[in-house]
Amino acid sequence: MPKYVIVGASAAGIGAVEAIREVDPIGTITVISEEPCPQYSRPMISDLISGKADFEKMKCRDDHFWKKNDVQALTGRTALSLNLSDKYVALDKGDHVNFEKLLVATGGKPFIPKIEGANKNGVFTFTTLSDAESLAAKIEKAKSAVVIGAGLIGVSVTEALVKRGLKVTMVELQDKILSLILDPTASEMVENAIRKAGVTIATGQTIQRVIGKTENDNIVGGAVLTSGEQVQCDLVIIAIGVIPRMELVSGTDVKTNRGILVDKFMRTNVSDVYASGDVAEAYDFVFGENRLLPLWPLAQLEGKVAGYNMAGKKADYLGGTAMSALKYFGVPIISIGIANPKDDAAYESIVKHEPERNLYRKIVLKDNAIVGVTLVNDIERAGILFHLMKNGVNVKKFKQELLSDDFCLATLPRSLRRKLYPGEYK
Amino acid sequence: MGCGLCEVYCTVQHSKSKDIIKAYNKENPRPISRVKLEVHKPVSFAIQCRHCEDALCVTACLSGAMQKDEETGLVTHDTEKCIGCWTCIMVCPYGAIKMDASGKAVSKCDLCAELEVPACVANCPNGALVYKEVKP
Ligand SMILES: Cc1cc2nc3c(=O)[nH]c(=O)nc-3n(C[C@H](O)[C@H](O)[C@H](O)COP(=O)(O)OP(=O)(O)OC[C@H]3O[C@@H](n4cnc5c(N)ncnc54)[C@H](O)[C@@H]3O)c2cc1C
Repeated sequence: MPKYVIVGASAAGIGAVEAIREVDPIGTITVISEEPCPQYSRPMISDLISGKADFEKMKCRDDHFWKKNDVQALTGRTALSLNLSDKYVALDKGDHVNFEKLLVATGGKPFIPKIEGANKNGVFTFTTLSDAESLAAKIEKAKSAVVIGAGLIGVSVTEALVKRGLKVTMVELQDKILSLILDPTASEMVENAIRKAGVTIATGQTIQRVIGKTENDNIVGGAVLTSGEQVQCDLVIIAIGVIPRMELVSGTDVKTNRGILVDKFMRTNVSDVYASGDVAEAYDFVFGENRLLPLWPLAQLEGKVAGYNMAGKKADYLGGTAMSALKYFGVPIISIGIANPKDDAAYESIVKHEPERNLYRKIVLKDNAIVGVTLVNDIERAGILFHLMKNGVNVKKFKQELLSDDFCLATLPRSLRRKLYPGEYK
Repeated sequence: MGCGLCEVYCTVQHSKSKDIIKAYNKENPRPISRVKLEVHKPVSFAIQCRHCEDALCVTACLSGAMQKDEETGLVTHDTEKCIGCWTCIMVCPYGAIKMDASGKAVSKCDLCAELEVPACVANCPNGALVYKEVKP
Protein backbone atom coordinates (compact mmCIF):
# COMPACT_ATOMS: atom_id res chain seq x y z
CA MET A 1 0.00 0.00 0.00
CA PRO A 2 1.38 3.43 -0.88
CA LYS A 3 2.65 5.06 2.21
CA TYR A 4 2.25 8.60 1.01
CA VAL A 5 -0.52 9.82 -1.26
CA ILE A 6 -0.49 13.34 -2.64
CA VAL A 7 -3.40 14.82 -4.55
CA GLY A 8 -2.15 17.61 -6.80
CA ALA A 9 1.26 17.74 -8.45
CA SER A 10 1.98 21.42 -8.65
CA ALA A 11 4.06 23.65 -6.36
CA ALA A 12 2.88 22.10 -3.09
CA GLY A 13 2.90 18.52 -4.36
CA ILE A 14 6.42 18.89 -5.75
CA GLY A 15 7.67 20.45 -2.52
CA ALA A 16 6.21 17.53 -0.57
CA VAL A 17 7.80 14.88 -2.80
CA GLU A 18 11.22 16.50 -2.45
CA ALA A 19 10.93 16.74 1.31
CA ILE A 20 9.65 13.20 1.78
CA ARG A 21 12.52 11.82 -0.25
CA GLU A 22 15.06 13.76 1.80
CA VAL A 23 13.85 11.90 4.86
CA ASP A 24 12.47 8.62 3.57
CA PRO A 25 14.17 7.20 0.51
CA ILE A 26 12.00 4.10 0.22
CA GLY A 27 8.42 4.71 1.41
CA THR A 28 6.15 4.50 -1.62
CA ILE A 29 4.72 7.76 -2.93
CA THR A 30 1.69 8.04 -5.18
CA VAL A 31 0.81 11.37 -6.72
CA ILE A 32 -2.58 11.94 -8.29
CA SER A 33 -2.99 14.74 -10.77
CA GLU A 34 -5.96 15.59 -12.85
CA GLU A 35 -3.83 17.35 -15.39
CA PRO A 36 -2.40 15.16 -18.12
CA CYS A 37 1.00 16.57 -17.48
CA PRO A 38 1.91 17.36 -13.94
CA GLN A 39 4.90 19.46 -13.04
CA TYR A 40 4.94 22.67 -14.94
CA SER A 41 5.16 26.21 -13.75
CA ARG A 42 1.65 27.58 -13.54
CA PRO A 43 2.80 31.22 -13.46
CA MET A 44 4.45 30.58 -16.83
CA ILE A 45 1.25 29.94 -18.72
CA SER A 46 1.36 33.57 -19.84
CA ASP A 47 4.80 32.93 -21.32
CA LEU A 48 3.22 30.18 -23.39
CA ILE A 49 0.76 32.74 -24.74
CA SER A 50 3.37 35.41 -25.43
CA GLY A 51 5.63 32.88 -27.08
CA LYS A 52 8.43 33.42 -24.57
CA ALA A 53 8.29 29.80 -23.44
CA ASP A 54 7.30 26.52 -24.98
CA PHE A 55 6.10 23.63 -22.89
CA GLU A 56 9.63 22.29 -22.52
CA LYS A 57 10.74 25.50 -20.85
CA MET A 58 7.68 25.52 -18.61
CA LYS A 59 8.65 22.31 -16.87
CA CYS A 60 9.92 23.35 -13.49
CA ARG A 61 11.65 20.05 -12.80
CA ASP A 62 13.52 17.81 -15.19
CA ASP A 63 11.85 14.95 -17.01
CA HIS A 64 13.20 12.36 -14.62
CA PHE A 65 11.72 14.05 -11.59
CA TRP A 66 9.07 11.42 -10.84
CA LYS A 67 11.27 8.51 -11.71
CA LYS A 68 14.26 9.84 -9.85
CA ASN A 69 12.12 10.24 -6.76
CA ASP A 70 10.52 6.87 -7.28
CA VAL A 71 7.03 8.32 -7.44
CA GLN A 72 4.05 6.60 -8.95
CA ALA A 73 2.48 9.49 -10.83
CA LEU A 74 -1.14 8.91 -11.75
CA THR A 75 -1.66 11.68 -14.25
CA GLY A 76 -4.88 12.58 -15.93
CA ARG A 77 -6.67 11.01 -12.99
CA THR A 78 -9.13 12.73 -10.68
CA ALA A 79 -9.49 12.02 -6.99
CA LEU A 80 -13.24 11.95 -6.48
CA SER A 81 -13.65 11.49 -2.77
CA LEU A 82 -11.92 10.57 0.46
CA ASN A 83 -12.70 7.86 2.91
CA LEU A 84 -10.87 8.97 5.99
CA SER A 85 -11.84 6.11 8.30
CA ASP A 86 -10.70 3.41 5.89
CA LYS A 87 -7.95 5.70 4.62
CA TYR A 88 -8.32 5.66 0.90
CA VAL A 89 -8.81 8.05 -1.99
CA ALA A 90 -11.47 7.07 -4.52
CA LEU A 91 -10.43 7.82 -8.09
CA ASP A 92 -12.31 8.23 -11.33
CA LYS A 93 -12.77 4.97 -13.28
CA GLY A 94 -13.79 3.26 -10.05
CA ASP A 95 -10.47 2.36 -8.44
CA HIS A 96 -8.99 3.66 -5.25
CA VAL A 97 -5.64 4.23 -3.56
CA ASN A 98 -4.99 3.55 0.10
CA PHE A 99 -2.78 5.80 2.13
CA GLU A 100 -0.99 6.01 5.40
CA LYS A 101 -0.40 9.74 5.06
CA LEU A 102 -2.36 11.97 2.74
CA LEU A 103 -1.55 15.43 1.42
CA VAL A 104 -4.32 17.49 -0.13
CA ALA A 105 -2.55 19.86 -2.51
CA THR A 106 -5.42 20.51 -4.85
CA GLY A 107 -4.70 24.22 -5.28
CA GLY A 108 -7.20 26.69 -6.58
CA LYS A 109 -9.72 27.08 -9.32
CA PRO A 110 -10.68 30.26 -11.08
CA PHE A 111 -13.44 32.29 -9.55
CA ILE A 112 -16.10 32.78 -12.22
CA PRO A 113 -18.74 35.39 -11.54
CA LYS A 114 -22.17 35.05 -13.11
CA ILE A 115 -21.99 36.93 -16.36
CA GLU A 116 -24.61 36.70 -19.03
CA GLY A 117 -23.14 35.25 -22.18
CA ALA A 118 -20.12 33.73 -20.46
CA ASN A 119 -20.84 30.43 -22.20
CA LYS A 120 -20.01 31.86 -25.61
CA ASN A 121 -17.11 30.59 -27.63
CA GLY A 122 -14.15 32.85 -26.89
CA VAL A 123 -14.55 33.19 -23.13
CA PHE A 124 -11.62 31.76 -21.18
CA THR A 125 -10.38 31.33 -17.68
CA PHE A 126 -6.65 31.45 -17.12
CA THR A 127 -5.16 29.12 -14.55
CA THR A 128 -4.05 25.90 -16.18
CA LEU A 129 -1.92 24.75 -19.06
CA SER A 130 -5.02 23.61 -20.87
CA ASP A 131 -6.63 27.05 -20.42
CA ALA A 132 -3.51 28.56 -21.94
CA GLU A 133 -3.44 26.08 -24.82
CA SER A 134 -7.08 26.72 -25.70
CA LEU A 135 -6.51 30.46 -25.57
CA ALA A 136 -3.30 30.19 -27.60
CA ALA A 137 -5.18 28.37 -30.33
CA LYS A 138 -7.50 31.36 -30.76
CA ILE A 139 -4.96 34.13 -30.76
CA GLU A 140 -3.82 34.04 -34.33
CA LYS A 141 -7.26 35.01 -35.57
CA ALA A 142 -8.14 37.42 -32.77
CA LYS A 143 -7.61 41.15 -32.87
CA SER A 144 -8.82 42.25 -29.48
CA ALA A 145 -9.54 41.00 -26.00
CA VAL A 146 -11.21 42.05 -22.79
CA VAL A 147 -9.53 40.90 -19.59
CA ILE A 148 -11.74 40.90 -16.53
CA GLY A 149 -9.72 41.51 -13.39
CA ALA A 150 -6.53 43.53 -13.05
CA GLY A 151 -4.78 41.50 -10.40
CA LEU A 152 -1.60 39.52 -10.88
CA ILE A 153 -3.13 37.01 -13.29
CA GLY A 154 -5.01 39.68 -15.26
CA VAL A 155 -1.91 41.77 -15.72
CA SER A 156 0.17 38.78 -16.73
CA VAL A 157 -2.25 37.61 -19.40
CA THR A 158 -2.70 41.18 -20.64
CA GLU A 159 1.01 41.57 -21.19
CA ALA A 160 1.14 38.29 -23.09
CA LEU A 161 -1.78 39.30 -25.33
CA VAL A 162 -0.22 42.68 -26.03
CA LYS A 163 2.99 40.94 -27.06
CA ARG A 164 0.93 38.96 -29.55
CA GLY A 165 -0.39 42.18 -31.02
CA LEU A 166 -3.89 42.21 -29.55
CA LYS A 167 -5.72 45.32 -28.50
CA VAL A 168 -6.61 44.72 -24.87
CA THR A 169 -9.09 46.33 -22.51
CA MET A 170 -8.64 45.55 -18.82
CA VAL A 171 -11.69 45.85 -16.65
CA GLU A 172 -11.28 46.13 -12.90
CA LEU A 173 -13.94 46.51 -10.25
CA GLN A 174 -11.66 48.37 -7.83
CA ASP A 175 -10.54 51.94 -8.45
CA LYS A 176 -6.97 50.85 -8.96
CA ILE A 177 -5.30 47.94 -10.68
CA LEU A 178 -3.37 45.42 -8.57
CA SER A 179 -5.11 46.95 -5.57
CA LEU A 180 -4.57 43.89 -3.39
CA ILE A 181 -0.81 44.10 -3.60
CA LEU A 182 0.06 47.71 -4.40
CA ASP A 183 -0.69 51.09 -2.94
CA PRO A 184 -2.19 53.77 -5.22
CA THR A 185 1.18 55.31 -6.12
CA ALA A 186 2.80 52.05 -7.17
CA SER A 187 -0.39 51.00 -8.91
CA GLU A 188 -0.38 54.18 -10.93
CA MET A 189 3.22 53.62 -11.99
CA VAL A 190 2.33 50.24 -13.50
CA GLU A 191 -0.90 51.62 -14.86
CA ASN A 192 1.03 54.26 -16.79
CA ALA A 193 3.31 51.63 -18.26
CA ILE A 194 0.35 49.47 -19.24
CA ARG A 195 -1.46 52.38 -20.87
CA LYS A 196 1.70 53.28 -22.76
CA ALA A 197 1.66 49.78 -24.22
CA GLY A 198 -1.71 50.62 -25.76
CA VAL A 199 -3.98 48.91 -23.24
CA THR A 200 -7.25 50.53 -22.23
CA ILE A 201 -7.90 50.30 -18.51
CA ALA A 202 -11.43 50.65 -17.19
CA THR A 203 -11.48 50.74 -13.40
CA GLY A 204 -14.46 50.80 -11.07
CA GLN A 205 -16.26 48.61 -13.56
CA THR A 206 -17.06 45.08 -14.46
CA ILE A 207 -18.70 43.27 -17.33
CA GLN A 208 -22.48 43.19 -17.49
CA ARG A 209 -22.64 40.73 -20.29
CA VAL A 210 -20.77 39.19 -23.14
CA ILE A 211 -22.36 39.64 -26.52
CA GLY A 212 -22.03 37.60 -29.68
CA LYS A 213 -20.91 38.52 -33.15
CA THR A 214 -23.57 39.68 -35.56
CA GLU A 215 -22.91 36.79 -37.89
CA ASN A 216 -22.84 34.19 -35.08
CA ASP A 217 -24.24 34.89 -31.65
CA ASN A 218 -22.38 31.92 -30.13
CA ILE A 219 -19.04 33.52 -30.78
CA VAL A 220 -17.75 36.38 -28.63
CA GLY A 221 -18.10 39.72 -30.36
CA GLY A 222 -17.93 42.16 -27.49
CA ALA A 223 -18.53 42.96 -23.87
CA VAL A 224 -20.82 45.45 -22.19
CA LEU A 225 -19.34 47.27 -19.20
CA THR A 226 -21.33 48.32 -16.14
CA SER A 227 -21.30 51.88 -17.50
CA GLY A 228 -23.17 50.57 -20.51
CA GLU A 229 -20.22 51.14 -22.77
CA GLN A 230 -19.75 48.41 -25.30
CA VAL A 231 -16.28 47.16 -26.15
CA GLN A 232 -15.72 45.12 -29.26
CA CYS A 233 -13.57 42.05 -28.75
CA ASP A 234 -12.91 38.55 -29.99
CA LEU A 235 -11.84 37.12 -26.65
CA VAL A 236 -12.88 37.56 -23.03
CA ILE A 237 -10.53 36.33 -20.32
CA ILE A 238 -11.82 35.93 -16.80
CA ALA A 239 -8.93 36.56 -14.42
CA ILE A 240 -10.58 37.57 -11.20
CA GLY A 241 -8.75 35.27 -8.88
CA VAL A 242 -8.61 31.75 -7.56
CA ILE A 243 -10.57 30.05 -4.85
CA PRO A 244 -9.45 26.91 -3.02
CA ARG A 245 -10.49 23.61 -4.56
CA MET A 246 -12.11 21.94 -1.62
CA GLU A 247 -14.48 19.49 -3.35
CA LEU A 248 -12.41 16.60 -2.12
CA VAL A 249 -12.69 17.41 1.56
CA SER A 250 -16.19 18.81 1.58
CA GLY A 251 -18.48 16.47 3.46
CA THR A 252 -15.56 14.93 5.37
CA ASP A 253 -14.42 15.76 8.89
CA VAL A 254 -11.65 17.97 7.58
CA LYS A 255 -12.26 21.47 8.90
CA THR A 256 -12.38 24.33 6.47
CA ASN A 257 -12.93 28.03 6.50
CA ARG A 258 -12.21 29.81 3.22
CA GLY A 259 -9.55 27.17 2.74
CA ILE A 260 -8.53 24.00 4.56
CA LEU A 261 -7.43 24.76 8.11
CA VAL A 262 -3.93 23.61 9.00
CA ASP A 263 -1.57 23.92 11.95
CA LYS A 264 2.10 24.86 11.71
CA PHE A 265 2.97 21.31 10.72
CA MET A 266 0.48 21.55 7.85
CA ARG A 267 -1.76 18.99 9.52
CA THR A 268 -5.50 19.25 9.19
CA ASN A 269 -7.68 18.36 12.17
CA VAL A 270 -7.89 14.77 10.89
CA SER A 271 -4.87 12.67 11.79
CA ASP A 272 -2.57 11.70 8.92
CA VAL A 273 -4.26 14.20 6.61
CA TYR A 274 -2.24 17.25 5.60
CA ALA A 275 -2.96 20.19 3.32
CA SER A 276 -0.67 22.72 1.62
CA GLY A 277 -0.65 25.37 -1.05
CA ASP A 278 -3.46 27.44 -2.49
CA VAL A 279 -6.07 25.14 -0.97
CA ALA A 280 -4.89 25.74 2.60
CA GLU A 281 -5.14 28.62 5.02
CA ALA A 282 -1.64 28.81 6.38
CA TYR A 283 -0.05 31.20 8.83
CA ASP A 284 0.62 34.80 7.86
CA PHE A 285 3.24 36.19 10.23
CA VAL A 286 2.33 39.80 9.52
CA PHE A 287 -1.32 39.38 10.34
CA GLY A 288 -0.63 36.82 13.05
CA GLU A 289 -3.37 34.58 11.71
CA ASN A 290 -4.02 31.93 9.12
CA ARG A 291 -5.35 33.05 5.77
CA LEU A 292 -5.35 32.30 2.07
CA LEU A 293 -2.16 33.31 0.32
CA PRO A 294 -2.20 31.81 -3.16
CA LEU A 295 1.47 32.15 -4.05
CA TRP A 296 3.90 29.73 -5.63
CA PRO A 297 6.84 30.07 -3.18
CA LEU A 298 4.55 29.64 -0.19
CA ALA A 299 2.78 26.65 -1.75
CA GLN A 300 6.12 24.98 -2.33
CA LEU A 301 7.38 25.76 1.16
CA GLU A 302 4.17 24.55 2.78
CA GLY A 303 4.38 21.40 0.71
CA LYS A 304 7.92 20.88 1.93
CA VAL A 305 6.89 21.30 5.56
CA ALA A 306 4.03 18.85 5.07
CA GLY A 307 6.39 16.39 3.41
CA TYR A 308 8.91 16.48 6.24
CA ASN A 309 6.23 15.94 8.84
CA MET A 310 4.55 13.19 6.87
CA ALA A 311 7.87 11.39 6.70
CA GLY A 312 8.42 11.80 10.41
CA LYS A 313 10.84 14.73 10.56
CA LYS A 314 9.37 17.51 12.66
CA ALA A 315 9.31 20.77 10.77
CA ASP A 316 7.48 24.01 11.53
CA TYR A 317 6.04 26.35 8.99
CA LEU A 318 7.28 29.71 10.17
CA GLY A 319 4.67 31.50 8.18
CA GLY A 320 4.56 33.50 5.03
CA THR A 321 2.92 36.71 4.04
CA ALA A 322 1.68 38.37 0.88
CA MET A 323 4.74 38.59 -1.36
CA SER A 324 4.68 39.45 -5.02
CA ALA A 325 7.42 40.10 -7.48
CA LEU A 326 6.21 41.60 -10.74
CA LYS A 327 8.04 41.89 -14.02
CA TYR A 328 5.27 43.08 -16.23
CA PHE A 329 5.40 45.90 -18.77
CA GLY A 330 9.02 46.59 -17.95
CA VAL A 331 8.36 47.79 -14.41
CA PRO A 332 10.03 45.57 -11.82
CA ILE A 333 8.11 45.64 -8.56
CA ILE A 334 8.35 43.84 -5.28
CA SER A 335 5.61 44.09 -2.71
CA ILE A 336 5.76 42.28 0.63
CA GLY A 337 3.30 42.35 3.50
CA ILE A 338 1.09 45.37 3.98
CA ALA A 339 0.94 47.82 1.09
CA ASN A 340 -2.09 49.78 2.22
CA PRO A 341 -2.02 50.12 6.01
CA LYS A 342 -5.25 50.90 7.74
CA ASP A 343 -5.74 54.49 8.71
CA ASP A 344 -4.48 53.83 12.17
CA ALA A 345 -1.86 55.63 14.23
CA ALA A 346 -0.15 52.31 14.89
CA TYR A 347 1.21 52.30 11.34
CA GLU A 348 3.87 54.59 10.02
CA SER A 349 4.77 54.75 6.34
CA ILE A 350 8.10 56.07 5.19
CA VAL A 351 8.33 56.85 1.51
CA LYS A 352 10.77 57.88 -1.17
CA HIS A 353 9.17 58.77 -4.46
CA GLU A 354 11.16 60.19 -7.34
CA PRO A 355 8.92 60.28 -10.39
CA GLU A 356 11.71 61.57 -12.64
CA ARG A 357 13.62 58.34 -11.96
CA ASN A 358 10.43 56.31 -11.91
CA LEU A 359 11.49 55.19 -8.47
CA TYR A 360 9.34 54.42 -5.49
CA ARG A 361 10.16 52.90 -2.14
CA LYS A 362 7.75 52.59 0.70
CA ILE A 363 8.20 50.88 4.01
CA VAL A 364 5.34 50.37 6.41
CA LEU A 365 6.28 50.13 10.07
CA LYS A 366 4.41 49.07 13.13
CA ASP A 367 6.09 49.56 16.49
CA ASN A 368 9.28 50.27 14.54
CA ALA A 369 9.25 46.85 12.88
CA ILE A 370 8.77 46.47 9.14
CA VAL A 371 5.37 45.09 8.18
CA GLY A 372 5.29 46.18 4.55
CA VAL A 373 7.73 46.82 1.72
CA THR A 374 7.01 48.18 -1.74
CA LEU A 375 9.82 48.75 -4.19
CA VAL A 376 9.35 49.95 -7.74
CA ASN A 377 12.25 49.85 -10.20
CA ASP A 378 15.10 49.34 -7.76
CA ILE A 379 14.35 46.03 -6.19
CA GLU A 380 17.65 44.29 -5.59
CA ARG A 381 17.82 44.88 -1.85
CA ALA A 382 14.27 43.66 -1.23
CA GLY A 383 15.41 40.40 0.31
CA ILE A 384 17.37 42.14 3.05
CA LEU A 385 14.29 44.15 3.99
CA PHE A 386 12.21 40.96 3.94
CA HIS A 387 14.75 39.33 6.25
CA LEU A 388 14.51 42.25 8.70
CA MET A 389 10.74 41.96 8.45
CA LYS A 390 10.65 38.23 9.15
CA ASN A 391 12.86 38.70 12.15
CA GLY A 392 10.75 41.52 13.55
CA VAL A 393 13.83 43.73 13.84
CA ASN A 394 13.41 47.12 15.49
CA VAL A 395 14.67 49.50 12.81
CA LYS A 396 14.10 52.75 14.65
CA LYS A 397 17.77 53.77 14.66
CA PHE A 398 18.28 53.40 10.92
CA LYS A 399 14.84 53.55 9.40
CA GLN A 400 15.52 56.49 7.06
CA GLU A 401 18.52 54.63 5.70
CA LEU A 402 16.25 51.81 4.59
CA LEU A 403 15.03 54.13 1.83
CA SER A 404 18.44 55.24 0.70
CA ASP A 405 19.90 54.29 -2.70
CA ASP A 406 22.90 52.91 -0.86
CA PHE A 407 20.99 50.70 1.55
CA CYS A 408 22.75 47.37 1.81
CA LEU A 409 23.88 44.80 4.35
CA ALA A 410 26.69 47.10 5.43
CA THR A 411 24.07 49.65 6.50
CA LEU A 412 22.92 47.42 9.31
CA PRO A 413 24.55 47.92 12.69
CA ARG A 414 27.30 45.39 13.23
CA SER A 415 25.69 43.73 16.21
CA LEU A 416 22.46 43.26 14.29
CA ARG A 417 24.30 41.91 11.27
CA ARG A 418 25.98 39.34 13.45
CA LYS A 419 22.74 38.30 14.99
CA LEU A 420 20.82 38.02 11.74
CA TYR A 421 23.58 36.41 9.75
CA PRO A 422 25.36 34.17 12.21
CA GLY A 423 28.81 33.06 11.20
CA GLU A 424 29.27 35.88 8.68
CA TYR A 425 30.66 39.38 8.62
CA LYS A 426 32.55 39.57 11.85
CA MET B 1 39.26 48.20 2.29
CA GLY B 2 36.65 48.55 -0.43
CA CYS B 3 38.98 48.55 -3.44
CA GLY B 4 36.37 46.93 -5.64
CA LEU B 5 38.81 44.58 -7.39
CA CYS B 6 36.49 41.67 -6.62
CA GLU B 7 33.82 43.27 -8.78
CA VAL B 8 36.28 43.95 -11.56
CA TYR B 9 37.61 40.39 -11.66
CA CYS B 10 34.12 38.93 -11.36
CA THR B 11 32.95 41.02 -14.30
CA VAL B 12 35.91 39.94 -16.40
CA GLN B 13 35.56 36.29 -15.47
CA HIS B 14 31.93 36.35 -16.56
CA SER B 15 32.56 38.27 -19.75
CA LYS B 16 32.76 36.75 -23.20
CA SER B 17 36.30 37.88 -23.88
CA LYS B 18 37.74 37.34 -20.38
CA ASP B 19 39.79 40.43 -21.14
CA ILE B 20 39.49 43.36 -18.81
CA ILE B 21 39.66 46.09 -21.43
CA LYS B 22 37.38 44.37 -23.90
CA ALA B 23 34.93 43.41 -21.18
CA TYR B 24 34.62 46.97 -19.94
CA ASN B 25 34.85 48.87 -23.21
CA LYS B 26 33.59 46.65 -25.98
CA GLU B 27 31.04 44.18 -24.70
CA ASN B 28 27.50 45.35 -25.00
CA PRO B 29 25.72 44.93 -22.70
CA ARG B 30 28.67 45.09 -20.37
CA PRO B 31 28.70 41.96 -18.20
CA ILE B 32 27.84 42.61 -14.59
CA SER B 33 29.68 41.63 -11.49
CA ARG B 34 27.98 38.93 -9.47
CA VAL B 35 29.74 39.93 -6.31
CA LYS B 36 28.68 43.18 -4.74
CA LEU B 37 30.87 45.47 -2.79
CA GLU B 38 28.78 46.73 0.08
CA VAL B 39 29.95 50.02 1.46
CA HIS B 40 28.72 51.99 4.40
CA LYS B 41 31.75 53.87 5.56
CA PRO B 42 33.81 52.79 7.41
CA VAL B 43 32.39 49.32 6.84
CA SER B 44 32.88 47.56 3.53
CA PHE B 45 32.72 43.97 2.47
CA ALA B 46 31.94 41.86 -0.54
CA ILE B 47 28.78 39.85 -0.73
CA GLN B 48 27.91 37.04 -3.08
CA CYS B 49 25.57 34.04 -3.11
CA ARG B 50 26.13 31.97 0.05
CA HIS B 51 24.85 28.77 -1.58
CA CYS B 52 22.59 28.36 1.45
CA GLU B 53 21.79 24.93 2.79
CA ASP B 54 18.08 25.73 2.89
CA ALA B 55 18.09 28.08 -0.04
CA LEU B 56 14.95 30.20 -0.10
CA CYS B 57 15.60 31.19 -3.70
CA VAL B 58 15.31 27.56 -4.79
CA THR B 59 11.94 27.01 -3.12
CA ALA B 60 10.71 30.35 -4.41
CA CYS B 61 11.85 29.93 -8.02
CA LEU B 62 8.83 29.89 -10.32
CA SER B 63 10.54 28.30 -13.30
CA GLY B 64 12.94 25.77 -11.82
CA ALA B 65 15.96 27.78 -12.98
CA MET B 66 17.37 27.94 -9.46
CA GLN B 67 18.34 24.51 -8.19
CA LYS B 68 20.33 23.02 -5.37
CA ASP B 69 22.90 20.60 -6.70
CA GLU B 70 22.66 17.63 -4.40
CA GLU B 71 26.21 16.51 -4.99
CA THR B 72 28.16 19.75 -4.83
CA GLY B 73 25.77 21.66 -2.57
CA LEU B 74 25.96 24.61 -4.97
CA VAL B 75 22.91 26.65 -5.76
CA THR B 76 22.97 26.68 -9.53
CA HIS B 77 21.15 29.08 -11.82
CA ASP B 78 20.13 28.25 -15.37
CA THR B 79 19.86 31.49 -17.31
CA GLU B 80 18.03 29.76 -20.17
CA LYS B 81 15.25 28.67 -17.84
CA CYS B 82 15.10 31.92 -15.89
CA ILE B 83 12.05 34.06 -16.64
CA GLY B 84 13.20 37.10 -14.73
CA CYS B 85 10.23 37.08 -12.35
CA TRP B 86 12.43 38.49 -9.55
CA THR B 87 10.96 36.16 -6.94
CA CYS B 88 14.41 34.97 -5.87
CA ILE B 89 15.54 38.57 -5.44
CA MET B 90 12.59 39.09 -3.13
CA VAL B 91 13.53 36.23 -0.81
CA CYS B 92 17.34 36.26 -0.74
CA PRO B 93 18.21 37.43 2.78
CA TYR B 94 21.63 38.61 1.60
CA GLY B 95 20.39 40.60 -1.36
CA ALA B 96 22.94 38.60 -3.32
CA ILE B 97 20.95 38.12 -6.52
CA LYS B 98 20.95 40.78 -9.22
CA MET B 99 19.21 41.47 -12.47
CA ASP B 100 21.58 40.59 -15.27
CA ALA B 101 22.66 42.95 -18.01
CA SER B 102 19.72 42.01 -20.24
CA GLY B 103 17.24 42.92 -17.52
CA LYS B 104 15.37 39.74 -18.39
CA ALA B 105 16.97 37.23 -16.04
CA VAL B 106 18.86 37.20 -12.79
CA SER B 107 22.50 36.61 -12.18
CA LYS B 108 24.39 35.42 -9.15
CA CYS B 109 27.68 33.96 -8.02
CA ASP B 110 28.47 30.55 -9.51
CA LEU B 111 31.73 30.25 -7.57
CA CYS B 112 33.48 30.46 -10.94
CA ALA B 113 32.60 26.91 -11.88
CA GLU B 114 35.50 26.60 -14.31
CA LEU B 115 38.17 27.89 -11.94
CA GLU B 116 39.69 26.20 -8.96
CA VAL B 117 39.45 29.33 -6.85
CA PRO B 118 36.82 31.99 -7.62
CA ALA B 119 38.21 35.05 -9.37
CA CYS B 120 37.19 37.42 -6.58
CA VAL B 121 39.05 35.37 -3.99
CA ALA B 122 42.13 34.85 -6.13
CA ASN B 123 42.43 38.57 -6.78
CA CYS B 124 41.58 40.02 -3.38
CA PRO B 125 44.73 41.94 -2.48
CA ASN B 126 43.86 42.00 1.17
CA GLY B 127 43.00 38.35 1.73
CA ALA B 128 39.60 39.53 2.89
CA LEU B 129 37.80 37.02 0.68
CA VAL B 130 38.37 33.40 1.50
CA TYR B 131 36.98 30.33 -0.16
CA LYS B 132 36.04 27.56 2.21
CA GLU B 133 33.29 25.11 2.81
CA VAL B 134 31.33 25.60 5.98
CA LYS B 135 29.49 22.57 7.23
CA PRO B 136 25.99 23.39 8.36
C1 LIG C 1 -1.28 33.10 -14.64
C2 LIG C 1 -0.79 32.90 -13.24
C3 LIG C 1 0.29 33.65 -12.81
C4 LIG C 1 0.79 33.47 -11.52
N1 LIG C 1 1.86 34.19 -11.15
C5 LIG C 1 2.39 34.01 -9.93
C6 LIG C 1 3.53 34.74 -9.52
O1 LIG C 1 4.10 35.54 -10.27
N2 LIG C 1 4.00 34.53 -8.29
C7 LIG C 1 3.43 33.65 -7.43
O2 LIG C 1 3.91 33.50 -6.32
N3 LIG C 1 2.34 32.95 -7.78
C8 LIG C 1 1.80 33.10 -9.00
N4 LIG C 1 0.68 32.40 -9.35
C9 LIG C 1 0.06 31.51 -8.35
C10 LIG C 1 0.71 30.13 -8.31
O3 LIG C 1 0.68 29.55 -9.57
C11 LIG C 1 -0.02 29.26 -7.29
O4 LIG C 1 0.10 29.84 -6.02
C12 LIG C 1 0.55 27.83 -7.22
O5 LIG C 1 0.44 27.21 -8.46
C13 LIG C 1 -0.16 27.02 -6.14
O6 LIG C 1 0.30 25.71 -6.15
P1 LIG C 1 -0.54 24.51 -5.55
O7 LIG C 1 0.35 23.33 -5.63
O8 LIG C 1 -1.09 24.89 -4.24
O9 LIG C 1 -1.81 24.33 -6.48
P2 LIG C 1 -2.09 24.37 -8.03
O10 LIG C 1 -0.95 24.96 -8.76
O11 LIG C 1 -3.40 25.00 -8.20
O12 LIG C 1 -2.16 22.83 -8.43
C14 LIG C 1 -3.11 21.94 -7.93
C15 LIG C 1 -3.14 20.72 -8.80
O13 LIG C 1 -4.01 19.76 -8.23
C16 LIG C 1 -4.83 19.20 -9.24
N5 LIG C 1 -6.06 18.72 -8.60
C17 LIG C 1 -6.97 19.46 -7.92
N6 LIG C 1 -7.98 18.69 -7.48
C18 LIG C 1 -7.69 17.44 -7.90
C19 LIG C 1 -8.35 16.19 -7.76
N7 LIG C 1 -9.50 16.09 -7.08
N8 LIG C 1 -7.80 15.10 -8.32
C20 LIG C 1 -6.62 15.18 -8.99
N9 LIG C 1 -5.95 16.34 -9.14
C21 LIG C 1 -6.48 17.46 -8.61
C22 LIG C 1 -5.06 20.35 -10.19
O14 LIG C 1 -5.48 19.89 -11.44
C23 LIG C 1 -3.68 20.99 -10.20
O15 LIG C 1 -2.86 20.38 -11.13
C24 LIG C 1 0.17 32.55 -10.64
C25 LIG C 1 -0.92 31.80 -11.08
C26 LIG C 1 -1.40 31.96 -12.37
C27 LIG C 1 -2.56 31.15 -12.81
